[in-house]
Amino acid sequence: MFGYEFYLDPSRCIGCQSCLKACEECETHRGVSMINFDFIDRPDGIATAAYVCFHCEDPTCAQVCPADAIKSDEDGVVQSALKPRCIGCANCVLACPFGIPKLVPEYEQMMKCDMCYDRTSIGKRPMCATVCPSQALAYVKPEEMAAMRRDKPVNTFYFGEQKIVTKVYMMAPAERDSVSVDVVDYTWEQEDAYAV
Amino acid sequence: MAKPPQALADLNHEFGPHPSYMPKGGWQEESRHTPDRLVKTHCCFCGQQCGIKLKVRDNAVTGFEPWEEFPFNRGMLCPKGVKRYMQSSHPDRLLDPLMRTETGFRKAHWNEALDHTVRRLREIQDKYGKDSVAVYGGASLITEKSYLLGKFARVGLGTKQIDYNGRLCMVSAGTAYKLAFDVDRSLIPWSEIPKADVLMVIGANVGDCAPITTDYIWRCRDRGGKLIVVDPRMTPISRNADLYLPVRPGTDLALLMGILHVIVRDGLEDKKFIEEHTSGWDAVVESVKAYDPQKAAEMTGVPPQSIEKAAHWFAKADKAIAMHARGLEHHSKGVENCLALINIALATGHIGREGCGATMITGQGNGQGGREHGQKCDQLPGQRSINDPAAREHVAKVWGIRPDEIPGPGVSAQEIMNLIHAGEIKALVNICFNPAVSLPNSAFTSEALSKLEFFGVIDFFMSETAQFADVVLAGSLQEEEEGVTCSAEGRVIHIQKATDPPGNAKTDTWIICELAKRLGKEKFFNYGSTREIFDELRVASQGGHADYFGITYEKIDEQLGVFWPCPTADHPGTPHLMTGGISYFPDGKCRFNSTAWRESGDPVDADFPIYLTTGRVVSQYLSGTQTRRIGSLVDIYPQPLVEIHPRLAEKYGIQTNDWVTVKSRRDEITLQANVVKTIRPDTVFIPYHWPNERSANRLTHRTLDPRSKIPEFKVSACRLFKANAAPVWAGHTEVEEAKRGTATTSRAPGMPDPLVNIETPHDGGRK
Repeated sequence: MFGYEFYLDPSRCIGCQSCLKACEECETHRGVSMINFDFIDRPDGIATAAYVCFHCEDPTCAQVCPADAIKSDEDGVVQSALKPRCIGCANCVLACPFGIPKLVPEYEQMMKCDMCYDRTSIGKRPMCATVCPSQALAYVKPEEMAAMRRDKPVNTFYFGEQKIVTKVYMMAPAERDSVSVDVVDYTWEQEDAYAV
Repeated sequence: MAKPPQALADLNHEFGPHPSYMPKGGWQEESRHTPDRLVKTHCCFCGQQCGIKLKVRDNAVTGFEPWEEFPFNRGMLCPKGVKRYMQSSHPDRLLDPLMRTETGFRKAHWNEALDHTVRRLREIQDKYGKDSVAVYGGASLITEKSYLLGKFARVGLGTKQIDYNGRLCMVSAGTAYKLAFDVDRSLIPWSEIPKADVLMVIGANVGDCAPITTDYIWRCRDRGGKLIVVDPRMTPISRNADLYLPVRPGTDLALLMGILHVIVRDGLEDKKFIEEHTSGWDAVVESVKAYDPQKAAEMTGVPPQSIEKAAHWFAKADKAIAMHARGLEHHSKGVENCLALINIALATGHIGREGCGATMITGQGNGQGGREHGQKCDQLPGQRSINDPAAREHVAKVWGIRPDEIPGPGVSAQEIMNLIHAGEIKALVNICFNPAVSLPNSAFTSEALSKLEFFGVIDFFMSETAQFADVVLAGSLQEEEEGVTCSAEGRVIHIQKATDPPGNAKTDTWIICELAKRLGKEKFFNYGSTREIFDELRVASQGGHADYFGITYEKIDEQLGVFWPCPTADHPGTPHLMTGGISYFPDGKCRFNSTAWRESGDPVDADFPIYLTTGRVVSQYLSGTQTRRIGSLVDIYPQPLVEIHPRLAEKYGIQTNDWVTVKSRRDEITLQANVVKTIRPDTVFIPYHWPNERSANRLTHRTLDPRSKIPEFKVSACRLFKANAAPVWAGHTEVEEAKRGTATTSRAPGMPDPLVNIETPHDGGRK
């Protein structure tokens, strides 16, 4: 859908799994859900998180695919592995920094979220973001998002040395431009002190 | 005698619950077809009543599509809503009336089943009197059915004994709102929630029980609003709470009186509002005098600083809303709890202005509408008192009888069960209620049901209660009749008919009217459609507080819901009940009601030192008759677990997944432990959706609030011990049997094979 973007805000997630169940209802892969859902650490807390594919600009899954089976479309949506090419090696499953692709052994194919191509191509919002009761998954116009939320959308992530820019946005504290998962980036000394 | 005619295992084998995982014909079959039509209606599971479009093909609901234009949920749905369509063609659906035999249930013809039912009811009434027959209704019925049921009991059967399962829901709130404002409804529509500066959510597990409300709360926080959460457990919404008060079960009243104490002590009350809009303030001030933060902290386990902070945040906020649900209401002092919260909202002047108010989050599908029009033991249509001579005259005229022919008030749901147990009530007609699972002290309920001389049940599935019946009349789902419900907001909405009941099943209204006809009351029950029932209901409610006279199905469609009261055809409805702080009492003032502390009905002691509290999970609805049959929902939370804090667990040597016996003064059950830091260390939690050996209500007690008659589900005393072995049912639950395929073999004659097949992924897949 033109002018709409996908936003993830795990801090809103209530763990209801509506996204997971709704994804299962998709006409193109009915019965199989493409949502990644986690209880972060149930014994110690209530945090839960639901994820769709981040749809990277330069997808790691495609980079590591030995069969060149993973393609993005013109809108930047990364598709499931092409069935005739996929050899079921699971390289993509292991390499994705977000842990998104799933190998479905019964189909011998990697399957993943395609941001509901069947819906967005005919002017409907993706199913998970439409039903999500807490709007932890949201598919709205950027200006609406800016008006409604106090957190700031970011789509640049650093995994150590690897910089990843994604189509899907993650809501982060208002002062952030990017998200790093390296503790060094948050220390007082910064990385110089730990240079190797 | 109304004991189940077969062994439980055989009944379950024949009638379910069988968890069904796929639509009729399987995923691939379904994906090949486009629906004949999309029906704009509402989800049947819970009081949020989310708008949803049901896909319909060949007289079956085959899927759903979000309804984004409906303003309440704007397309949002919880997993129950997503999977609700799986009931329509469920293999467990009852397709024929059933009559008990020596060895089980047999199919019957409608005439036989209805004639037998009426003959037995008449025999019993002739022998023991009119009131020896009772009627149980339910708050998941559309409003037309609940109206009809009230009329059926009073006009058809001439009994005063009718009550409903809403008695287990929010009646404490209803009673309190009547005492404070003389009206029983949320004071505000949900659109006010994001406007508040402070939200106090007490005893409301919004994330699990009212999921769509979460977005309203998050929107409030995104605006900079502060969230106070009061709960013995950290529920999903507490992840973003700005202040979390871990109240000890059963002590909410002390906490709320402590908060009001601080407000008075620090002069934070809204003197102008109190002066102009209320009465009874001085007595309330007196009543909270002793509840300083220190004393309140000792009673509740909430730090005094947190009590002070909550009081200051709420009182100093320009706009503040108090939201509550069953956690506040399911107590033998549930009415006082709600009154104490209302007192805070009144004292701080947070009533009748934008972004302000008090709201009960009504839980059952038609929890609001189902209590307005006559299936409550003490009310007539329009939320009128059955003792009010003017109300009796008005309703008698609509019904075409004399006022003195309307029986007086009967007793509440639990008290009806008590009278059955005592042998005073001999027969019961039950619809939309599963007391075998949902009433406290299950053993007592089973004993009582076994004493009935006649038991007739109208249901679409064989519920655990229907297993006790003499006759089971195969009824209809919500989407099989047109009508209205009223959502938690007070918004009356239109339930569209999507399909006809399958097989030989009939609509509930047809069944009730046929029974009335056979009772010789045909002239009072001559309806061509549910629309005609609604039109009569509109007139019957006219002039009452819940005035529906100006509401029509067409107006609802046009406005996407009409908030009651709506007295005339040109009236737009009333989203805000208390504009300007004007109550429904004749003098327009709101009432403060003083509260006094008392212990819960099942206090902890040396033998039973641990608090037990019960509640819900997001994937199940009420007693589970519907949702325990939907495999995809069952998988989210397949079994009741007992939540225990690691400190308590350590004391008993319990680890996650260990089998733990929880014993109360009534009974004991053995479940697996879920050791989590998200619950108070003096409390355990068990969700109540399961029957028999897994039923939390085996442990709960029958103490009632003296005014609302709500049972005290939220606090019992118990003790724990680690079980030596797994219980006999372990490894043989519905899901496990289904996975083995053993549950799919045998069906009652004439019934289709169940579609249980949970090999995933299914045939089909990506094209």
